[in-house]
Amino acid sequence: MKITMAHGSGGEETSKLIGDIFEAAFSNPVLDRMEDAAVVAGSQRIAVTTDSFVVTPLFFPGGDIGRLCVCGTVNDLLMSGADPKYLTCGFILEEGADTEALKHIAASMAETAAEAGVCIVAGDTKVVEGNGGIYINTSGVGFVPQGRDIGAACCRPGDAILVSGSLGDHHAAILSSRMGIENQIQSDCAPLVEMVKNMEQEGIRIHAMRDITRGGLATIANEWAERCGLGICLEEKAIPVSPMVQSFCQILGLDPLYMGNEGKMAVAVDKNDEERALRCIRKSRYGQRAAVIGHIAENGQKTVTIRTALGGERVVSKLYGEGLPRIC
Amino acid sequence: MRTKLLSYLREYQGKQLRLMEVCGTHTAQIAKNGIPSLLSDRIRLITGPGCPVCVTVTEYLDRLVELSMEPDVTVVSFGDLFRVPGSEKCLSQARAEGGSTAMVYSPMEVLDMAKKQENRMFVFAAVGFETTAPVYAMLLKKAKEEQVENIRLLTSVKTMPPVIEWLLKTKKGRIDGFLAPGHVCAVTGTREYERLAETYGVPFVVSGFEGMELLSAIAGLVRLAGKGVLKNFYPRVVRREGNETAMEAVREVFAACSAAWRGIGVIPDSGLCLTGEFQKYDAGSRRLLSDHVKNKACACAKVLTGELDPVDCPLFGTGCTPKNPQGACMVSMEGSCFHRYLQQPIDRNGRNGR
Repeated sequence: MKITMAHGSGGEETSKLIGDIFEAAFSNPVLDRMEDAAVVAGSQRIAVTTDSFVVTPLFFPGGDIGRLCVCGTVNDLLMSGADPKYLTCGFILEEGADTEALKHIAASMAETAAEAGVCIVAGDTKVVEGNGGIYINTSGVGFVPQGRDIGAACCRPGDAILVSGSLGDHHAAILSSRMGIENQIQSDCAPLVEMVKNMEQEGIRIHAMRDITRGGLATIANEWAERCGLGICLEEKAIPVSPMVQSFCQILGLDPLYMGNEGKMAVAVDKNDEERALRCIRKSRYGQRAAVIGHIAENGQKTVTIRTALGGERVVSKLYGEGLPRIC
Repeated sequence: MRTKLLSYLREYQGKQLRLMEVCGTHTAQIAKNGIPSLLSDRIRLITGPGCPVCVTVTEYLDRLVELSMEPDVTVVSFGDLFRVPGSEKCLSQARAEGGSTAMVYSPMEVLDMAKKQENRMFVFAAVGFETTAPVYAMLLKKAKEEQVENIRLLTSVKTMPPVIEWLLKTKKGRIDGFLAPGHVCAVTGTREYERLAETYGVPFVVSGFEGMELLSAIAGLVRLAGKGVLKNFYPRVVRREGNETAMEAVREVFAACSAAWRGIGVIPDSGLCLTGEFQKYDAGSRRLLSDHVKNKACACAKVLTGELDPVDCPLFGTGCTPKNPQGACMVSMEGSCFHRYLQQPIDRNGRNGR
């Protein structure tokens, strides 16, 4: 079946679409009440975030827009120190969108939400004229335990900086699909719940955390340097990049430092917790290639530098230039 | 060997040398590997006119902007051309004002676009050197074969030897050796560079693109200083006779013509223009020869020829930054000003260096 403008009318067609696809996939006690807003149990400190997903293609090696829109918002909540709890989702469907595709996307969202331990509790669907496109917005709510304070301003000289795995996978997978290049590169799209929980349970002193999305590690490092007022030194040899992504980047003249992932994070921890943090991340399903890739410098230059594989030194700047194609 | 090479380059105390790279990818790789930080102060690397975007004249960019504003025309380009300032605006601004543009990674993508929208004309901004020319040739041969009529090229394709010869003749910037462009040589072979080396008594070393390959080639030039010879340090890719198949395709589609270089002016036979039956795909490229630089103080011209160090341009870092570029050298990822600007905090030869 194809989406028509009638599916956005708010009438019978709309409720059938919602019932058949979204209710069937996301059914849970909060959502099943089908009221205008979800009422959920709260705590004193709440983290809220929202993100819209406009990726093409909708299905790509290693994931799809459904898995992406859950991971993106769950990971944003995690990075602020919150335990992700509830998600809402807004669908914008263009005329001509395929309901089979929508079913797959909903199933993928449900599966990823279950994996991440979050509940999809509210939703909205709109249909617009167009050419079969599907866009999803997810908002998320998480609870932040008392006393937890995570952010770039908390970074201290000497902090170790870790990444949870190889850079650039999602970006390279999407670009390969769009350009019709056949290779084995898979998106790394994944929820980071397990590795963050491992660190929290171990009592790792986490100072800053960011998921590595558009702009890449280089952009995160520059934002951290700016906000904490300290330099950052990276070690090129230590930064994990898969050989396939590496050669893909060489062909296209891309730099993995500036490429987006959807299931990787950068974390700054107290220097004495470096080894334990590495073990915690590596113990999780998506963190096996985690590595310590640099540290916060003692100086106040706010510059990010990298020691190159040859032993040279250069500045790693923010991303300049044209935005890259839509990857999330 | 690696340790020996590194200490040779770091501890060199001979004559002050100025070595020029004339390939944008070399420029980018030199910066990426942090190579300037590994060299003795007596070895200075200067960036020549090897970044295709940096040597493109403003009139060409102005024409792209105009075309993007025409109804039923889409200008298709690589990403790095979008922010290069023309005499008034750049393609990005044109797009924001309603111009129709598309960004691609490969010129071949334009074929699909043209087939999907037959009533729209797709003008590809065909900028580049001998390396990109074979791809444009393939594109047009394919367009001809498949009878795709709604593709045009606005060409600004240039060849390297004539501009190097111009530099050597005018002695602009005084250059003690050239890193010969590895990719260009893979297509054209090395004979022309041998001639230049012998005629002007300056060494050329053909270099690959890995950090160690670049360091070896630089060390090669240091050792050869004063000698008019060419050495090929990239033999796994570059052969003396080049790639005959690629050159044949280029000859079928292009012929040598005069070309205008930003800041340098017109150099005879330094460009490639569409020829024979392929001229029908030309969007009016031959007329675009003049340069109206947006900001008169911009010293891109002198920077491109090695006469002026980027940091000595009056606009560098103040009136001209990557966020608000006045000249092409500050826009392109292969531009010398762009890299020098980013490296300022650790630049030994910069104004604010440590």
